[in-house]
Amino acid sequence: MYDVVIIGAGVSGAAAARELSKRRLSICVVEREEDVCCGTTKANSAIVHAGFDAQTGTLMAKLNVRGAALMGPLCEDLGVDLKNIGSLVVCTDEEGIPALQALLDRGIANGVERLEIVTGDRLRELEPNLSDDVIAALWAPTASIVNPFQLNWALAENAYQNGVEFRFNTEVTGLERVDGSWKVSTTAGDLSARCVVNAAGVYADVFHNMACEDKFEIVPRRGQYFVLDTTAGRHVRHTVFQQPTKLGKGVLVSPTTAGNLLVGPTAEDIGDKEGTDTTAEGLAELLAKSPLSVKNIPFRETITSFSGLRAHRAEHDFLIAEAPDAPGFVDCAAIESPGLSASPAIGEMVAGIVDGILGAEMRDDFIAKREGIPNVEWATQEEWAALIEQDPSYGRVICRCRKVTEAQIVAAIHHPLGARSLDGIKRRTEACMGRCQAGFCTPKIMEILDRELADLGYDQVTKAGPGSELIVGKDKELEGGDAR
Amino acid sequence: MEQIHLTCIRCPRGCQLEVAVEDGAVVSVAGNACKRGETYAKTEAVNPVRVVTSSVPVTGNPAHHMVSVKTKGDVPKAKVRAVVDALKGLTVESPVAIGDVVLADAAGTGVDIIATRNV
Amino acid sequence: MKAAYDIVAVGGGPAGLAAAISARDAGCGSILVIERDRELGGILNQCIHNGFGLITFDEELTGPEYAARFEEQALSGGIDFMLDTMVIDVSADKLVTVVSRAEGLVQIQAKAVVLAMGCRERPRGALNIPGFRPAGIYSAGTAQRLVNIEGFMPGREVVILGSGDIGLIMARRMTLEGAHVACVAELMPYSGGLKRNIVQCLDDFGIPLLLSHTVVRIEGQKRVEAVVIAEVDGRGKPIPGTEVTYPCDTLLLSVGLIPENELSLSAGVELSPVTRGPVVNEILETNIPGIFAAGNVLHVHDLVDYVSQEAAVAGRNAAAFVAGNLDDEVGEIPLVATDGIRYTVPQSIDPSRMADELVVRFRVGNVYENRYISVYFDDERVKHLKRSILAPGEMEQVKLKKAELAAKPGLKTITFKLEEA
Repeated sequence: MYDVVIIGAGVSGAAAARELSKRRLSICVVEREEDVCCGTTKANSAIVHAGFDAQTGTLMAKLNVRGAALMGPLCEDLGVDLKNIGSLVVCTDEEGIPALQALLDRGIANGVERLEIVTGDRLRELEPNLSDDVIAALWAPTASIVNPFQLNWALAENAYQNGVEFRFNTEVTGLERVDGSWKVSTTAGDLSARCVVNAAGVYADVFHNMACEDKFEIVPRRGQYFVLDTTAGRHVRHTVFQQPTKLGKGVLVSPTTAGNLLVGPTAEDIGDKEGTDTTAEGLAELLAKSPLSVKNIPFRETITSFSGLRAHRAEHDFLIAEAPDAPGFVDCAAIESPGLSASPAIGEMVAGIVDGILGAEMRDDFIAKREGIPNVEWATQEEWAALIEQDPSYGRVICRCRKVTEAQIVAAIHHPLGARSLDGIKRRTEACMGRCQAGFCTPKIMEILDRELADLGYDQVTKAGPGSELIVGKDKELEGGDAR
Repeated sequence: MEQIHLTCIRCPRGCQLEVAVEDGAVVSVAGNACKRGETYAKTEAVNPVRVVTSSVPVTGNPAHHMVSVKTKGDVPKAKVRAVVDALKGLTVESPVAIGDVVLADAAGTGVDIIATRNV
Repeated sequence: MKAAYDIVAVGGGPAGLAAAISARDAGCGSILVIERDRELGGILNQCIHNGFGLITFDEELTGPEYAARFEEQALSGGIDFMLDTMVIDVSADKLVTVVSRAEGLVQIQAKAVVLAMGCRERPRGALNIPGFRPAGIYSAGTAQRLVNIEGFMPGREVVILGSGDIGLIMARRMTLEGAHVACVAELMPYSGGLKRNIVQCLDDFGIPLLLSHTVVRIEGQKRVEAVVIAEVDGRGKPIPGTEVTYPCDTLLLSVGLIPENELSLSAGVELSPVTRGPVVNEILETNIPGIFAAGNVLHVHDLVDYVSQEAAVAGRNAAAFVAGNLDDEVGEIPLVATDGIRYTVPQSIDPSRMADELVVRFRVGNVYENRYISVYFDDERVKHLKRSILAPGEMEQVKLKKAELAAKPGLKTITFKLEEA
C-alpha cells in the first residue's frame, strides 16, 4: 500500500512527486511510456509565461504567477537551464492597442511586475527583427524560457533521490475504491494507494471518469512547431507573441534554452489523444502567420517539426482538486498552457491537497538539490578543459552538431531514472537535436547504450521505448527477405 | 536481329546505347561516346556481369564488427544473389588485409571474394 | 596544451588526405591532419561499393580501397595525425582548437588551414514531411553505416525518398542483405544520382524509380508503418488524388547533401548561398588569407576522384602560401554563373596567381540535352563546348589556361553559361 500513487511522469506529476517527497510518505509514480517527459511536457513552447494572459481570478492566473516566481530558485537547485529573456506581445494595428493595454492591466491585476508597452525606436532596439508592421508591444521582462526536458527529468530525479518510486512502461487500466483506499490496476500488476493523483495529461479525463461519477472531457488541442538550427537561434532575442486577430490565435517565435529558434504553435482541437502528427496545413499555417510579427525568419535553417497536445478543457482552467465524489482521488487535470510555467506551483498545490487528506508530516532530511549534466557546447574552453581533466570522455565528442560528449551520454544513462533510448538521451543531453538530426550520432549512441546497459543489446536499442526498435536483425539474416 | 537498349555505366555520363545482337553476338553499338561504352555494350548485351560488394563479420578486433569484401572480378549478373548468399554465415578473423581471399570460388563462379579493408 | 604546424587539414577523409599529401610533396615539412573518427578515410570507409578511382587509378575500387591508397601515401612520412579528435573552433588567425579523449583540449597554431570537413545529409525535418516521428526514418548514410560497419539491418520493407547516389546504393545494398525496397521516390522529374547507379542499383533489382513523386505523410507512432507517396506538379506540389500508401517499416532519405561549414563560419569564412560552401579564389583560398577549402565542404562532388584532385590543389597552394611562394595579387576577376549553370568553383580568378591550367567546376540546374557550355571573357565567347547531356547530379568542368587570360588584359568578368546549338 502506497500513500500516494501518481499517474503520469510529465512535469505536473513529477512536480507533485517532488513536492510530496518532502513529506513522510510512500509514493509511486506510474508512467505508460518508457521515460519521463513523453507527453505534453516534451512538445510545447518551453516558455515561462509572465502571467498576464490568464483571466484574473482563475487558477491558471494564480499558479502561473506563483510558478514563474518559484521557477528561478527551483531551476537553480535542480540544475535546469532557464533564461530570463523577456517576452513581447506585438501589435500590428492601431485597433489592437486597446487590447494590448487591456492585457497590461490584466497582468497588473494578476500580479505581474514591470509590464510596459513599448513603441518606436525603443521597440526596434529591443527586437530588431520585428516585422515592419509592428507598431507596439507589451514587454514582459519577467518572462523566461526553460528547458522542459531538463525540468521534468530533474523534478523526477530529485523526487527519486528522496525516495519516490517510478514504474515505467506501466499503463493504468482501472481505478477502484476498495475498503477506503484505491486499487490501481495496471498492465504490470495491481497497486493500492490511500491517495491517487491524476496527472495523466490528455488522458486525465479517462482516469477521472473511471473514478468519479461527475465526468469531464479533455480535448487534445494540437500545436505544431518548427525548430530551426542554432544558426537561427538569435534571430529574435525575446519570446515574440502575436496578438490574437481576426485570423485567430497567433504563433510565437522564440529562442530556446538550447539556442534554437522555435516557431509555433497551431491550435487545433482534435479528437485523437495520440494525434501528435504534423500536417501539411498546420506547417503551412506557421509559415504564413509567423512573418506577421517577425521578418526574414530563416526557414531554410529548419531542422525539424513536431507537434504536441495541450490537455484542453472547455472551462479553460486548470482542475486541481480532490474529486467531490471520490475521496483521496486528486485531479491535476486540464494542465494546458501555462502549465509548464505553473508546474512548481501545481506541485505545491497538489501536495497541499494531499496534506489535507493524509495529514502527512514534513521530513527533515529532504534533499533539495540535484546536479544536472554539464554542457560543453556553451562552455568556455577553460571549463571544457577542466571537465576533460575530471573525466577524459568529456573529450570525445559523439554528437558533432550539438557538441555532446561521451561523458554526458554516459551520465544521462547512469543518472537516477536514466535514459534507455535514443530519445531519452536526446532530451537529457541535446545529442541528436542538431542540424543532422541524429544522422551521424545514432550508431554511436546505440553503441554506448549497448555498452553501458547490461540488459540492452545493440539490436534492442529503441528510439522511444518498446515498439520503436531501431534494428530489425543482422545483415543477411532477415527472414523472408529473399522470398519476394 | 535483336535491338537492345542499354544505359552505359562505365562512367557518370550514362550514354544511351543501342545494341544490335544477332545469334548471341553483338553486331553493332551506337550512342557511345567512347570506346569503353562499346566494350561495356558487348558484354552487357550478351553476358552481363557485376562486381559484388558486401561486408562480413570479423572477430578479433574490437574496433571493427565487419570487414568489407568484393568479388575479385566480374561475376555473371544472374549469379549476384547466389554470391551474396554464399557469404551467409561466413565470419573472418582479424587480421585481414586488402586483397586477402575470404571465400574462394564464390557460388561456383570461379571468382574469389576478397577483403577490401585492412582490419 | 599548445602546438604549432605550418598546415592543419581539418578532416582526414579523401580531401584532407589528398591536401596533406600534396602539401608534403610540395615541400611543406610541418603538416597535421585532424580526424574526428578513430580512423582515416572519412565516409569512404562505409562506402563499400565499387566505382571509386576510375580517374585517379584507372581502376574501379571500393571506397575503403580508395581510402587505403591515400592513407598509405599519407602515412609514408612527413605528416602528423590526430585521430578521434574533434575540431571545435578555427579562428581567423588560424588558431585551431581541438578536443580528444587522449589529449584533452589542445590549441594548435597553424600558418595555413585546409578546410576538409566534408558534408552531411539533409534530414527529414528540413523537408517538412508531415506525419509522425517514429523510429525507422534514417538518412541513407546512417543506414549505410548500420549495415556496412555495424552489421545490422535497420528495416525489412523499405521506401526511399530521394534518388541521390547514397539512396540508390542503399536500395541495392538493403535488397542484397535481405530487405525489400518498394520504390525510390524522387521529387524532381530527373534523378539526382549517377546513371550507372540507377542501372545497377535499381534496374537490376526491378526497383521502381518514381520521378516527380514525394512522401506526403509518415504513418506509425512507434515505428514507421506506412508512408504515403503522391505525384507532384511542375512546382513540386503534391497533386491531390494521386496518393498511394506504401506499407513499410523504414523510410530512407537521400535528399541532398549540405557542406558542413560551421567551423568555417566561426573563422569568418564567407559562404556561397548556392553551394553552401566557402567562396574561393583560383588557389581555393577563402576570404580569410591562408584558409583554404576543398572537397565536399567546398561544394558537393559526384566523384571522389575530383575531391582528391581539388584537395591536392588546395594543399599545394597552402604549402606555397606558407612558404611565401605565391605570386603577387593583381586582382580578382569574378566568375559569373548564369543561364542554367548554378555556380562555379572557384568564384574568382587572379590571372597572376592561377596555375597554368585551372579547372573550373560547376553544376547545372536542370537536365539539358545537346547544349553548349560557353565561357565568355567579357563579351567575347572563348569556349563553346558541346555536351550531349547535362544533369544536376553530375559535376561538370572546364579548364582555363593562364595563357588565355594573359592574352586579355583588363578582363572584367568571366561568364559561364549554357547555350543552345
